[in-house]
Amino acid sequence: MSEARHRILQRLRRVERPSGDEELTRSVDRHPWNRDEKIERFSTRMSEVRAEVHLTTKDTWAADLTAILLNKGVRNMVYAPDKPDGSQLATALNAAKIDSVPYAQSIEAWKSELFQQMDAGFTGCRGAIAETGSLILWADEAEPRLLSLVPPIHCVLLQADQIHSTFAEAIEAQGWTQEGMPTNALLISGPSKSADIAQVLAYGVHGPKSLVVMVVQ
Amino acid sequence: MASEFHRGVVKALHDGALRGHLRRAMDSLMEKRQALFPDVDELESLRRRCMQIRAHALANLPDLLEQLEQRCSENGIQVHWAETTEQANDLVYEILQRHGVKQLVKGKSMVSEEMGLNHYLEARGIECLESDLGEFIIQLAGETPSHIVMPALHKSKQEIAELFHEKFPDIPYTDDVDELTAAARAILREKFEQAEAGLSGVNFLVAETGTLCLVENEGNGRMSTTVPPLHIAVTGIEKVVEKLADVPPLLSLLPRSATGQRITTYFNMISGPRKPDEKDGPTEVHLVLLDNGRSRIYADEELQATLRCIRCGACINHCPVYTRLGGHAYGTVYPGPIGSILEPQKEGLDRLGELAEASTLCGACAEVCPVRIPIPQLLNRLRWESVRQDGDDETKGQGGRRKATQAGLWQAWASLASHPALYRIAVGSASRFRRLLPQQLGPWTRVRKAPQIAEKPLRQLIEQEDKRDE
Amino acid sequence: MPSETRPEGVYFYATCLVDLFYPQVGLAGMALLKREGLKVIFPGDQTCCGQPAYNAGYREQARQVAAAQLDLFAKDHPIVVPSGSCAGMMKHHYPALFAGTERHSQALAVADRVWELTAFLTDVLQIELQDLGDPLKVALHTSCSTRREMGAAHAGEALLAQLDGVELVQQDHKTECCGFGGTFAVKQPEISAAMVEDKTRSLRLAGAELVVSQDCGCLMNIGGALEFQKEDRSQAEGPATQHIAEFLWERTRGQ
Repeated sequence: MSEARHRILQRLRRVERPSGDEELTRSVDRHPWNRDEKIERFSTRMSEVRAEVHLTTKDTWAADLTAILLNKGVRNMVYAPDKPDGSQLATALNAAKIDSVPYAQSIEAWKSELFQQMDAGFTGCRGAIAETGSLILWADEAEPRLLSLVPPIHCVLLQADQIHSTFAEAIEAQGWTQEGMPTNALLISGPSKSADIAQVLAYGVHGPKSLVVMVVQ
Repeated sequence: MASEFHRGVVKALHDGALRGHLRRAMDSLMEKRQALFPDVDELESLRRRCMQIRAHALANLPDLLEQLEQRCSENGIQVHWAETTEQANDLVYEILQRHGVKQLVKGKSMVSEEMGLNHYLEARGIECLESDLGEFIIQLAGETPSHIVMPALHKSKQEIAELFHEKFPDIPYTDDVDELTAAARAILREKFEQAEAGLSGVNFLVAETGTLCLVENEGNGRMSTTVPPLHIAVTGIEKVVEKLADVPPLLSLLPRSATGQRITTYFNMISGPRKPDEKDGPTEVHLVLLDNGRSRIYADEELQATLRCIRCGACINHCPVYTRLGGHAYGTVYPGPIGSILEPQKEGLDRLGELAEASTLCGACAEVCPVRIPIPQLLNRLRWESVRQDGDDETKGQGGRRKATQAGLWQAWASLASHPALYRIAVGSASRFRRLLPQQLGPWTRVRKAPQIAEKPLRQLIEQEDKRDE
Repeated sequence: MPSETRPEGVYFYATCLVDLFYPQVGLAGMALLKREGLKVIFPGDQTCCGQPAYNAGYREQARQVAAAQLDLFAKDHPIVVPSGSCAGMMKHHYPALFAGTERHSQALAVADRVWELTAFLTDVLQIELQDLGDPLKVALHTSCSTRREMGAAHAGEALLAQLDGVELVQQDHKTECCGFGGTFAVKQPEISAAMVEDKTRSLRLAGAELVVSQDCGCLMNIGGALEFQKEDRSQAEGPATQHIAEFLWERTRGQ
């Protein structure tokens, strides 16, 4: 419909630009929080929306998460095999007799299995935002999008020193514009929810019902 | 002479259950919003910034749309343009047909409501399934949304419970919200898994990076735009912002203004279809840009502010008229204050100009609009456009509500009130013959006593006092 | 005109509703100002600010009437108006109404000097009030224009707070419109009726014995509804209504 395109743009261009428009002055909002404050705020925001936040260490996170999953009665966990964290976790899970299922094929090959049989999914993340309690995820070849969406439990590994105070700060610090956007960038700020039924809050609508965040200090 | 709107008004006002429900819901939304804006100065500063971001984008709209299209295309998103809803529907249908799609799953899109897309596709044998919980509910009920953010706002828990039980008799009756939610989850999960295509709206289009931004809480948006092999996004041409850096301020204001949430569960930024080595995501992504009267609104410097709207619904939540009517009485896709300025401009003042009159101009909406749309000012402007005779037909349906008798009355009043001597006589006569003033003044006196004209108007009392003082 | 400067004289623009229906409000407003030592000029040729036509979409006619008002204020005095609605019209809409006409600078000059009465009393005169009245429960209905157009909600509250015998009660949904809206009450009478009924219920529930407001339009609406309810529904209970200027004048003169 390039005819439509032409006519729309032509109509828009016929309009005189207002005299008052100058270049926008854009500033990056940020807060002067230190690392501990950022961890604290991130955890509080997450907890407010029923996400689980666990402080852990580089050496113990896999064991800690395995224990949490055992407690939840999880039978299997999907992960990205080409990511070192995923492999590390898989080893710990296998020892605890939880199946670690690599997301190694295209979704078309195993969609019903992913939808119907997977209890939990594990991803890393590209940092977090303290102000709003949000995880930043960039999907890529190694870590597909549906890992953090389809299984009813989503587990995330977050490095504490990658927590930014604000979204704007994260975009700037991580060079989003310079690097170019991925096919899918995502902010996840809790488990799925809705208040559409009589404005009563309910969790686990279509996305994961549980969000478990392991924060490595 | 009762208009359709008037009939809707009377019906809504007599629905006691609806009114109580709306009152509680709006109060709750207003309180939640208020609680997240404790610092008034910070709020006002943020509103100003967001207004500037949107106004700046509008000032550069054609260039930004071209830049957006360029970036999107480079990323692999196919961009289409539609002047009318018919064209948009045709475009969507054509894409679906090419892929042999028989079942489409929908994330939330008010523009698709504008298009009447569901009816259009269903008439052509394509099933459209709403996946947003609120939209899902009203689709089951065969209704239209009554609010742009919470489509099923008008329904009580019991009504929803009965609806579910009626439509899904296998599921035992329950009015427990968690159980109802779990039922919807199970039903829709199957649909997500099987859907051949997904359709969504867009909250913000970023020209700099060719990115589609979507806010949501449920995850159905992500499901609809990630699982099926085909994703079609539809939105209005006004939704573009210039830079990625413009997104955080808008995202900061949108959820807080809309539902009193700091942020929505998911903020999804889509910049392209599945890359060669990626394992999921749609292999084809389409973006349909809809005009449908927006470019005409754009042409007026003052009314252009209408297009700044980021569809948060705060104006609706704060409107005393909406609180008493609910969304359906308006009879339009977009209700409330934003609907009252947008719809008459889109559909014509001759058809919907009455909506611009259904306001006391109290200003509660303008006070909370995140992008500072001066709604009362625009309502007033539309009232003028509705009756003026000296225009060049710039606004759709211009002059369409002018009535000779009313115009005559106002001219008579103006002649009187611009001649002090005549006015003095008129006021004096009114006082002298005040007892002849009817005590029944039509609708006014159905619920109020008639105002009493004073025995002596003020100017007379002052003149007497002055004489006394001399 | 800076707000801290105390003028010698003011114009008093009474408004058409006050002139015809509530002249006592005009006298009280002028008396309050005179008592503070100001010379108060009542331009005898004032008629109406033009708002009714303006809000009905008849801008040409509104402009015609507004132009006649502009000529009343030749001197550089503040223009004090006992109505947030009319003050708002003159202050915020006159400039736009006369944009592109030969009267534009005159309109800007007049708009610059317009004050809603209660804001003038507190912000410019820093008036001090001595309450000579009996204990009374009062609710303040701040009109939407006083609140949002003139930003003067603080003034009414501050003035009532000075009256020791007055207990200010808070009605629920205090900031919600009463449903008058000028022509709205006539064009959308059902919605208007629903709004005023909710408003009167709130005021009753608050336990007010008297409702005061800066605007006679709201008073006509709320007062008219309360009176109707008292007669029609045998609801003997219910507050009286009064313009705040009249109320302040009476309270501080021992009436």
